[in-house]
Amino acid sequence: MEILTADFFQRALTGGLLIGLTAPLIGIFLVLRRLSMIGDTLAHVTIAGVALGLLVNVYPIGVGLAFAVAASFAIEKLRKAYKGYAELSIAVIMAGGVALASLFFTLGMGYNTDVMSYLFGSIYTLDTTDLYVVGAVTLVVVTVVSIFFKEMFLLTFEEDAASVSGLPVKLLNMLITVMTALVISTAIKIVGALLVSALLTIPAACSLLIARSFKSSVIFSVAIAEIAVVAGLVTAGVWNLAPGATIVLLLIAMLILTLIGKKGFSA
Amino acid sequence: MNSENAAPAAYCHENIIELDQVSFAYGDQKVITDLSLVVKERDFVGVIGSNGAGKTTLLRMMVGLLKPSQGEIRLFGQSIRRFRDWDRIGYVPQKNAFNPLFPATVREVVMSGLYSNKKLFKRVGKEDLQKCSEALEVMRIADIAGKRIGQLSGGQQQRVFLARALINQPDLLVLDEPTVGIDAQTQADFFELIFHMHRHHHMTFLMVSHDMEMIESYLGKEPRDRCGGIKFYVRHSHEQDCTIPGMQHSLV
Repeated sequence: MEILTADFFQRALTGGLLIGLTAPLIGIFLVLRRLSMIGDTLAHVTIAGVALGLLVNVYPIGVGLAFAVAASFAIEKLRKAYKGYAELSIAVIMAGGVALASLFFTLGMGYNTDVMSYLFGSIYTLDTTDLYVVGAVTLVVVTVVSIFFKEMFLLTFEEDAASVSGLPVKLLNMLITVMTALVISTAIKIVGALLVSALLTIPAACSLLIARSFKSSVIFSVAIAEIAVVAGLVTAGVWNLAPGATIVLLLIAMLILTLIGKKGFSA
Repeated sequence: MNSENAAPAAYCHENIIELDQVSFAYGDQKVITDLSLVVKERDFVGVIGSNGAGKTTLLRMMVGLLKPSQGEIRLFGQSIRRFRDWDRIGYVPQKNAFNPLFPATVREVVMSGLYSNKKLFKRVGKEDLQKCSEALEVMRIADIAGKRIGQLSGGQQQRVFLARALINQPDLLVLDEPTVGIDAQTQADFFELIFHMHRHHHMTFLMVSHDMEMIESYLGKEPRDRCGGIKFYVRHSHEQDCTIPGMQHSLV
């Protein structure tokens, strides 16, 4: 149990709580706009950036973040070129990200433990710099979402109506995509690139089953993610399990329980 | 293709929508060619046409969702490119434009009618909540305000979207096939409601529909203008304005 009071664990908990707030906050908008897979794509592109960062010895998360933002712009551009095939742009960029990542990794020293830590997460190695970056991203995301909450709701509910109301639809779309890139590139240190989209989508998936209003679905999503993060980290710490995987499996367990509970109520 | 035959309207009311030699093409396929049209204040314009005639394209251009390939569109006398008073326009989209599982209550959807460019960076205040209650009341959906939008019947959803469009008390109401997928009785009620609003309120209407019977019964048998396969039926209202403030009169 003494692990729970260790410095590295406290840092992990802080980072986890911050990501547990931002990931579902952005995730609910992505899920409702049928862009669930964008998380995976941006995560893979971030890995390419991390690989380059490790190669040239620049702060990996920083380079990953820049890559993710660039990729999010590219996705928006491609989305316009292939209207009605949103998933096509996502697939192309994902392939590009994976290709670049493997290229950079093999250019360097081949696959090593550092690579693994970004693919599967290494929340225990969070240092103070990482925490500052996660904290800054959280501040940006929470501020932007609270300023544009009502506009983002209308945009997500019905893009045409938002447009006819004179809202800056292009700008809002861009904001959402850039914030997604920010959240994902910081979240991969916590749960890993392969699992990051779980933190974006599963809380939203749970809340869609129980929430009636949009506001409550946002609140439920965040609550579910935070519970999974805290319970997952403690469980993983005590029983010496992989923390990222534990958090994701807990989320899936919560989703299954919600499904069963809902069936029980409606039956 | 002009409004000379709409004699009384021509000199007593301002122009709400003006189209000046507007054309639209998807690639090389021309959908609308050289259309000029004027919609005056307090006109009710019914737009009828077969599938693919371009009526939805036309409506989407008029509300700024599509840019014409050629020609000029003016709203309230202002070029659509510089137009900013979007809160003067209420828009009722085609049904099924939203995801039925979307977690949003009736109240949240109706409130969203207030979120125009002028409301950016502003908080929702007491006045806005008051407007919302009034819109819910007028459309007789106050009792289902807390329900999820996807759980409602087609007719109820229609009222929700109409309430959202009316919440700003717009000068122009644009409706895109508002009665698709709704049973006959509910359709008739809906038409009666908006025809009544046209007669007694200071509002201009533009409605795309495929319901010939309803359009002819209110707007007459003869279209005023034609453009390719699209016909425009117009009726102007001169009845006295409602003296009761707000929307309360709408359903009386």
